[in-house]
Amino acid sequence: MQTVLSIATDALAFGMVLFIICIGLSLTMGLMRVVNLAHGAFAMIAGYIASYAARDLGLGYAVAIFLAIVGTIIISIPLERFLYRRIYGSPELTQVLMTIGITFCVIGITNYFFGPTLKTIPLPQALSQPVDIGFRTIAAHRLFVIACGAVVAGGLWYLIERTSFGIKLRATVDNAAMSDALGVRTQVVYAVSFAIAIGLAALGGVVGAEFLPIEPYYALRYMVMFLVVVSVGGAGSILGAVIACLVLGLVDTTGRYLMPEFGNFFFYAAVILIVCLFPRGFLGRAQ
Amino acid sequence: MQLTAQAGTVSAAPRAKSLWWRDVIGIVSIIALGAAGYWLFPDNLALLTRIIAVALLVLSIDLIVGYCGVATLGQAALFGAGAYAAGIACVNGVTEPMTLLAIGAAAGAAAGLVMGTIMLRAHGLAQLVLSIAIVQLFHEAANKASAITGGSDGLAGLMVSPLFGIFEFDLWGKTAYIMGLALLLIVFVALKFIVASPFGMLCRGIKQDPVRIRAMGAFVFPVLLKMFAISGAVAGMGGALAAISTQVVGLDSVSFELSANALVMLVLGGLGTLYGALIGTVIFMGFEHVVSAINPFHWMTMVGALLIAVVLAAPGGLSSLVEKVSGSRGGKA
Repeated sequence: MQTVLSIATDALAFGMVLFIICIGLSLTMGLMRVVNLAHGAFAMIAGYIASYAARDLGLGYAVAIFLAIVGTIIISIPLERFLYRRIYGSPELTQVLMTIGITFCVIGITNYFFGPTLKTIPLPQALSQPVDIGFRTIAAHRLFVIACGAVVAGGLWYLIERTSFGIKLRATVDNAAMSDALGVRTQVVYAVSFAIAIGLAALGGVVGAEFLPIEPYYALRYMVMFLVVVSVGGAGSILGAVIACLVLGLVDTTGRYLMPEFGNFFFYAAVILIVCLFPRGFLGRAQ
Repeated sequence: MQLTAQAGTVSAAPRAKSLWWRDVIGIVSIIALGAAGYWLFPDNLALLTRIIAVALLVLSIDLIVGYCGVATLGQAALFGAGAYAAGIACVNGVTEPMTLLAIGAAAGAAAGLVMGTIMLRAHGLAQLVLSIAIVQLFHEAANKASAITGGSDGLAGLMVSPLFGIFEFDLWGKTAYIMGLALLLIVFVALKFIVASPFGMLCRGIKQDPVRIRAMGAFVFPVLLKMFAISGAVAGMGGALAAISTQVVGLDSVSFELSANALVMLVLGGLGTLYGALIGTVIFMGFEHVVSAINPFHWMTMVGALLIAVVLAAPGGLSSLVEKVSGSRGGKA
């Protein structure tokens, strides 16, 4: 029982990190129909900014997170304007190639400036100490991550289901041409949701640095995992992404706890099974 | 009705003839380039053999992506299946190189059947993800079964007996290179016939409109599965060639990175033409050899920039640029 609860809390924390990063990708893929493999690269950029701010400039953790999110969004604006806009509506293969190209460039440039070593983001005192939650002690940071995930999920749900922007967003997802004709400025909707997606990737990259360490190959190493999570959850669905992250986080963490020598074997076996059973993901829309 | 049909055959005949000439010129130039490589870079024959092995992999991706329209990022699973099958057979006493190539082809085809059966259940993004998951599973399996595959140390110590009992596989890799070149030519000519056959035509039809092909009475799934098997055989032969020439099979031969790189080579050269696959492989690996010797990270930046440039400027790949410049477009061959 002890082990089960331990695994469950760790899986929950890991799943939430996956969720914060992947929900942005899910938005871009569901809304803009862009397979953005460079999503992890943005999370990595944020990790580097946060590491630089917190470790080299000595700023606080909260400030570092804020700077990382803003900085990453600023970096992403010209990329969206000049590169992504050209591949909206292109075949998937074209999008995959373009975004892999962007990923490779980001990796090369990052390594040129920061070197190939691992970067840490120092945690504040409050988050680095262990907390007793009854059946075991857990790092406060993990609770923070779980809370972040819950806030992101709730916030996005509110944004999409309860605000006027959310209505426009859903209308654009369902039929871009028609909502354009009805006066929704779809270009603005696209730009804003792209920025939100990148911002969430940045947040996930920074708070998840304990689980997915920041280094130049970050973008490539976890690219597959992010893509898998989104397609398992179903692009564009928040609830689907939550379920997918929890299920895959559980499979991955359990596999690592009980049979560490098998590595990612169970993760990918589960993915094949799930995709075969639910070809559109858990809660994906029929296209 | 009859008249138009006749007109069609009449107009088709000269075009087929010109294409036939083009293919002869193409094959002769492959032989010429191969021979030139042999004389110009006698110290780099190992690299050239590696290029040939990867060219076979890229050709096999072209069969699936370029001719059938099934996006895959997991083709290295088939390449690795061939490499490991040949390697394991060799360690266990089957050392005749031709037999090893046949074993590689058979293992690749079998892996292709498995992969096709799984991948063809899904469409679009899910299909792409399945292909990635499959190659990662193969990778983990090869890593785990270290008793048979050598795990992360790789499968070393392949002692291949001389080709036809005469030509030894020497340190300079001359025999391996010439065997590889001959293999590439045979496979290339065979694939030319396959993609020009009614079966190849059907595949291209499926790529353009599967619903319509189904409405015309053809079965889509078996046709695509057949192409997966052929593609697997080609990739498996590439893997076996790599195993024979380097005498080592490493985990990198079943990696996602190899699959992604091979797809990049194909797109660089041009999808849906067999020449594009060869051009892309030679250019990509040649550049990689030069640049990554200086700094592997510069190489990543360059590949990235190159990819973006190709997508933006030449969506059909370099071979389409060549065709545009020469102006002699006779339909996509």
